[in-house]
Amino acid sequence: MTQTASRPTGTRIPLPLDVEAIRADFPILTRTVRDGKRLVYLDSGATSQKPRSVLDAERDFYENHNAAPHRGAHQLAEEATGLYEAARARVAGFIGGAVEEVVFTRNTTDAINTVAYALSNAATAKEPSFRRYAVGQGDEIVVTEMEHHANLVPWQQLCERTGATLRWLGLTDDGRLDLSDLGTVVNERTKLVAVTQQSNILGTINPLGPIVARAREVGALVLVDGAQSVPHQPVDVATLGADFLVFSGHKMLGPTGVGVLWGRYEVLDALPPFLTGGSMIEVVRMEGSTFMPPPQRFEAGVPMTAQVVGLGAAVEYLQALGMDRVQAHEEALTGYALEQLQAIPGVTVIGPPDTVARGGAVSFTVDGIHPHDVGQVLDDLGIAVRVGHHCAWPVVRRYGVPATTRATFYVHTGYDDVDALVEGVRAAQRFFGVTPEEATA
Amino acid sequence: MQLESMYQDIILDHYRNPHGRGLRDPYEAEVHHVNPTCGDEVTLRVHLDGDTIADVSYEGMGCSISQASVSAMYDLVIGKSVTDALGTGEHFVTLMQSKGDAAVAEKLEDELEDAVAFAGVSKYPARIKCALMSWMALKDASARALAAAPTGGQA
Repeated sequence: MTQTASRPTGTRIPLPLDVEAIRADFPILTRTVRDGKRLVYLDSGATSQKPRSVLDAERDFYENHNAAPHRGAHQLAEEATGLYEAARARVAGFIGGAVEEVVFTRNTTDAINTVAYALSNAATAKEPSFRRYAVGQGDEIVVTEMEHHANLVPWQQLCERTGATLRWLGLTDDGRLDLSDLGTVVNERTKLVAVTQQSNILGTINPLGPIVARAREVGALVLVDGAQSVPHQPVDVATLGADFLVFSGHKMLGPTGVGVLWGRYEVLDALPPFLTGGSMIEVVRMEGSTFMPPPQRFEAGVPMTAQVVGLGAAVEYLQALGMDRVQAHEEALTGYALEQLQAIPGVTVIGPPDTVARGGAVSFTVDGIHPHDVGQVLDDLGIAVRVGHHCAWPVVRRYGVPATTRATFYVHTGYDDVDALVEGVRAAQRFFGVTPEEATA
Repeated sequence: MQLESMYQDIILDHYRNPHGRGLRDPYEAEVHHVNPTCGDEVTLRVHLDGDTIADVSYEGMGCSISQASVSAMYDLVIGKSVTDALGTGEHFVTLMQSKGDAAVAEKLEDELEDAVAFAGVSKYPARIKCALMSWMALKDASARALAAAPTGGQA
């Protein structure tokens, strides 16, 4: 049997997005890497590349409108404030939330810490109205074993600060949340459930419905980590039913340094601030201060205005493509990649083996080759992937592997990129001499 | 392909047939080092005879570079004084900082023996930590072993 004949022909359904037209919007995709090779960027899950419209929006802000928003009486300050708030309105519309429910943060990690610190600050708040969601001894915080470190460590730390107990939902062997003990893990002592909508390593899209419903039954808050879902699928906070949704701008074609904390207004309004200082105050006296309502209460200091404006442009770009089509595009690529990768002897996909409730993050191991070495061979071919534990150490530990190689897809990804990946994995097997079928090829 | 410049045959040989692998008694100090960016791990024991390194034993998991590096280090440091072994380690750090400068590798060839094959790694900043992990573990374990010396070994 020849090498070619042993491979399935592959199921290439027509892609919903025009990959060539989209690639033309991304200046970085025209460069080459490693001695003239085409850049095959399969690391959008770590950070996405930026279309020209996002870069232009940031440059235009600095060249023509730069000023600190919400301060100053001059024209530039007015324009900067207008652009900053217009971006807020666009982001709010993108996720179906109200404008005053959108807090700009540095990134997802910052957004989660803002909530985690608010819950412990609530315990010592002077204002009785800020104590409603206080976390203390005897309370429980629930996470899952699937979380990115950003949605795990802040809750561990919250529990250490307050004496609360951290509990978690486990994983099944096929990369899904194990909800069999949901009813006991989430109970009357639970103050908050923090769960990812889509795993950054397994690709799993979680069934949030039953988790939110159970949290409602016991009066617990729900925080959804949307870092890997909001960039890749339509997300509507009304449908979600959660109290918080957090995500990062840089993973959704936007700049680094800006993220979003969406919070149900009545919940945000009952929380004390995390960071304090300028912008977030109402009245300041030497004896003490009062704070603005949300979202300003959670935006201390001069914000990352240009990045917020850039994020607004990124959202506009995604809206023009249509999030339904973005999701369908990635699903087609994921199905093809799963089929092609799993057809290679020695390759094991870590996570759901098909596209059912699954996004475009494909993690895998290659027998006999450490992921770093797989990544190095791929890099030599111009293919950028992530290797390691993907900031989800408990997940790789759960599946008994030290690390994985992960490919992630986005709007500019085409079947040619997946083919390059598959060829690259085979090249790695040849280079390290671990391809059993090569001997007979 | 540029790959061969990093994955020298000597490195792949050490990776496939590591020298001195396994944890052994006696030892005066044991350390566990990790590379948190990628999850590479090594557990390393040092046994001293006076101030001479009588044995270095280890278990670890990680990429070919990290695993080959600890094997090559084993060959280099057994029988050396702690001072000389750590001096060799300093030379290895210099090699890792050489950004592929062949002159540096040439100068260090006698001192580093097989380990000079890691010169190609110095061109890949993300992999340097993989190569250095075992040397950092040795430095840490030796210091602990020397500190423990007056009261003798644990075994």
